[in-house]
Amino acid sequence: MDNSLVLLLVLTPFVGFLFNVFLGKKAGKTISGAIGTIAVAISFVMSVYFFMQLNTTGKPITVTLFDWIQIGKLKVDFGILLDQLSLLWLLFVTGIGSLIHLYSISYMHEDDNMHKFFAYLNLFIFFMITLVVGNNLLVMFIGWEGVGLCSYLLIGFWHKNQDYNDAAKKAFIMNRIGDLGFLIGIFILASLFSTLNFVEMKQALSTGNANTALLGVAALCLFIGATGKSAQLPLYTWLPDAMAGPTPVSALIHAATMVTAGIFMITRMNFLFDLTPEVQNIIAIVGAITALVAASIGLLQNDIKKVLAYSTVSQLGLMFLALGLGAYNVAVFHVITHAFFKACLFLGSGSVIHALHGEQDMRKMGGLRKAMPITYATMLLSTLAIAGIFPFAGFWSKDEILMTAFEHNKALWIIGSIASIMTAFYMFRLMYLTFFRDFRGTEEQKHHLHESPSLITLPLIILAALATLGGLINLPGSNWLNHFLEPILTGKHLETALGNQEYMLMGIALAGAIIGIVWAYSKYIKQGFVPKQDSEITGFSKTIYNKYYLDEVYTSLIVKPINALSNFFRTTLEPALGNIVYGFGTVANGIGNQGKKLQTGSIGLYLFAFVIGVLAIVSYLFLAQ
Amino acid sequence: MNNILNQIGIENYIFLSVLLFCIGVFGVLYRRNAIIVFMSIEIMLNAVNLLFVAFSTYWQDSKGEVFVFFSMAVAAAEVAVGLAILVSIFRNIGSVDISNLKNLKG
Repeated sequence: MDNSLVLLLVLTPFVGFLFNVFLGKKAGKTISGAIGTIAVAISFVMSVYFFMQLNTTGKPITVTLFDWIQIGKLKVDFGILLDQLSLLWLLFVTGIGSLIHLYSISYMHEDDNMHKFFAYLNLFIFFMITLVVGNNLLVMFIGWEGVGLCSYLLIGFWHKNQDYNDAAKKAFIMNRIGDLGFLIGIFILASLFSTLNFVEMKQALSTGNANTALLGVAALCLFIGATGKSAQLPLYTWLPDAMAGPTPVSALIHAATMVTAGIFMITRMNFLFDLTPEVQNIIAIVGAITALVAASIGLLQNDIKKVLAYSTVSQLGLMFLALGLGAYNVAVFHVITHAFFKACLFLGSGSVIHALHGEQDMRKMGGLRKAMPITYATMLLSTLAIAGIFPFAGFWSKDEILMTAFEHNKALWIIGSIASIMTAFYMFRLMYLTFFRDFRGTEEQKHHLHESPSLITLPLIILAALATLGGLINLPGSNWLNHFLEPILTGKHLETALGNQEYMLMGIALAGAIIGIVWAYSKYIKQGFVPKQDSEITGFSKTIYNKYYLDEVYTSLIVKPINALSNFFRTTLEPALGNIVYGFGTVANGIGNQGKKLQTGSIGLYLFAFVIGVLAIVSYLFLAQ
Repeated sequence: MNNILNQIGIENYIFLSVLLFCIGVFGVLYRRNAIIVFMSIEIMLNAVNLLFVAFSTYWQDSKGEVFVFFSMAVAAAEVAVGLAILVSIFRNIGSVDISNLKNLKG
C-alpha cells in the first residue's frame, strides 16, 4: 500500500509532464494548466498523508525500488527515504509548487507555449521530489542534475531573446562547476564507505575510525556543489541573471525550492559535516560574506526582480551561516519561512509586472498601492517578514540565525546583522518605489493599471498568510520544528531557552530592521528620491550598481584566458598539427606521382620487364647455388 | 631402356625445348599483333610440356605426363578466355595491335 502511494507521490508530476509534452498543445491552455496543477497537488496531498503518518508513528518510511548499481563492494539501491527532513521539504516544495502552478495558469495565459511551460514545471517538481526523497547520494544527484536542467529550460523559456539564452547557459555552466565538486565528493564517500546510503554512512561514521583528512575533502567538495546550486560566493552570479525566466519560475525555482537544495544536502549529510569543523568554518564564513555582498548589491538595483534575486542570495547566505555553525535546524527553519515570503514577493512582483505589461524597472513604477490593493497588502506582509519585524515569520528564523552566530562568533554576528539591516532597507526601498508616491510610467500604462485576477491573488494571499504565521512552527518555547528534526540531527541540544541575552539580541535585530526601514522611508518617501539613470551613477555606488564588477572579473580572469587559449589552439596549434597530418598525405602523393610514370600502358614494355625479371630470378637461383 | 630416348638422347630434347622457349620469348617481345603474341605464349608452354614428357620418360615416372595434361587443360582454358577478350577488343577498337592498347597508362 505504502509503496504504491510513494510511487504516486513521486510519479504524478512526471505523468503531468508527459501529458503536457505530448498532448498539452491539443488539450488547450486551460486544461494543460489544470492537469499540471492537479499533478502537483496530488503530490502535495500524498506528502501531507505521509507527514501525518510519520507524525503518529515516528518511523521513517523506506522503499527500495530496485537494486541499481553493484560493483565490487559498492552497492547502490534505487531507494526512497521519507523521513522528517525529506517530508518537510516535500511539503513546502509541493505545497508552494501547487500554488505557483495555480498562479501560472493565469500568468502565462497569454503565452503560446503554455503547455511547454507546464511540462517543464512538472518535470522540475518531479526532479525536485527525486532529489529530496532519495535514500542515497546518487539518487539525490539525479534529482540535482534534473532540477538544473529544468532551471536551464525555464530561464531560457523565452528563447527568442538571446540575452535570456545567455542567462540560461550561464546558470547551467555555473551549476556544472559546482556539480563537479559534488560528484567528486560522492566518489570520495563511495570509496570510503562502499555505500552512499545516508543511514548506512551515518552508522559507519558513528563507529569512528574513518580517514578524517579524506572526510574533510569530501565535505568540502559537497559544499562546493552546494555553492553552485544555492548561489553562494563565488558561484552566485547565475542567480540574478536567472531572473530572465518567467516570474513564476523565479518564485518556484530560484527562490523557494531549487536553490535550497544545497542546504538540504548539507543538512542531510550533517553527520559528515559535524566531523569536519574546518569545513564548517569555511561554510559559515562564505555564507556570511555572501549575505553581506549580495545585500549590498541589492541596495542599488533598479530591476524589481533583481532586487529580489540579490535578496535571495543574501538570505541563502544567512542559511549557510547557520549551517556552518552546526545549527541545521535553524537553517531549515529559515529555508521554510524564506520559501513562504520570498515566493510571495516574487509572485507579487510578477503581479506588478503583469499589470505594467512587462515593465520591471522600479524607476518607472510608483503609486501602485491604490490600483493593486491585494498585491500591495500581501507584498507588504512578506516584506515585513523578510525584514524581520516582530511577529512575522522571518523575524523568528532570522533571529535564531543571528542568535546562533552571536553565541559562536561575534564577527559573524555583526556581518549578519549588517546584512539584515540592508535587507530591511532594500526591501522597503522596493516597496516605496513600487507602491508609493506617484506613478512614473507612461500615460497608457497608467490607464491600464489593474488588480490581477483571482488566480494570481489567491496564491498571494495564501503565501502572505504563511509568511505571517510561519514562525509558529518553531517559536522559542514550543520548538516544534526542532523536536521534529531531532531524529536526523545528531548530538545537538535543540532547545532555545529564552534568557536576557536572547531578549537583548531580539531587540537589537528588531531595532536594526527598523533602522533600515526608517532609512528607506526618509530617502524614498520624505525626499521622494528616485534612483538616477544608469549613466548618472558615479563613484562607489557605480561599483555596487555594477555588482562589484564581479562578472567582469570572471570574464577577464577565466573566460578571456580560456578564449585566448582556445584561439591559440585554433589558429596556431591546430594548423600545425594539421600540417603534420597533411604532410604524410603530400609525401605519399609525391611518391605516387613518381611511381605513376612506371605505368606507361605499353604492353610490350611490361612484357619485356616481365621477361627480364624472370631471367633475373632464374639466374639468381642458379648462381646462388 | 628400350625407348625413343635411346635413339635421340635427352640433351637434344633439352636443346629443342630451350630453342622453342626462346622463340616464344622473342615472339612475345618483338611481335605487335596480339594473336601472334598469344601463339608465342603457346609455344613457350609447349616447350615446357615437351621437357616434362621427355624427363618423364627419362626417369620412368608418369608424374610428368600427368602434369602435361593439366598444363594443356589450363592452356586451353586460357586461350578460350584470351581469344574472347581479343575478339571484344577487336570489335571495340578495330585492331589487335598491342601498341594501341595504352588505356592502362598511369
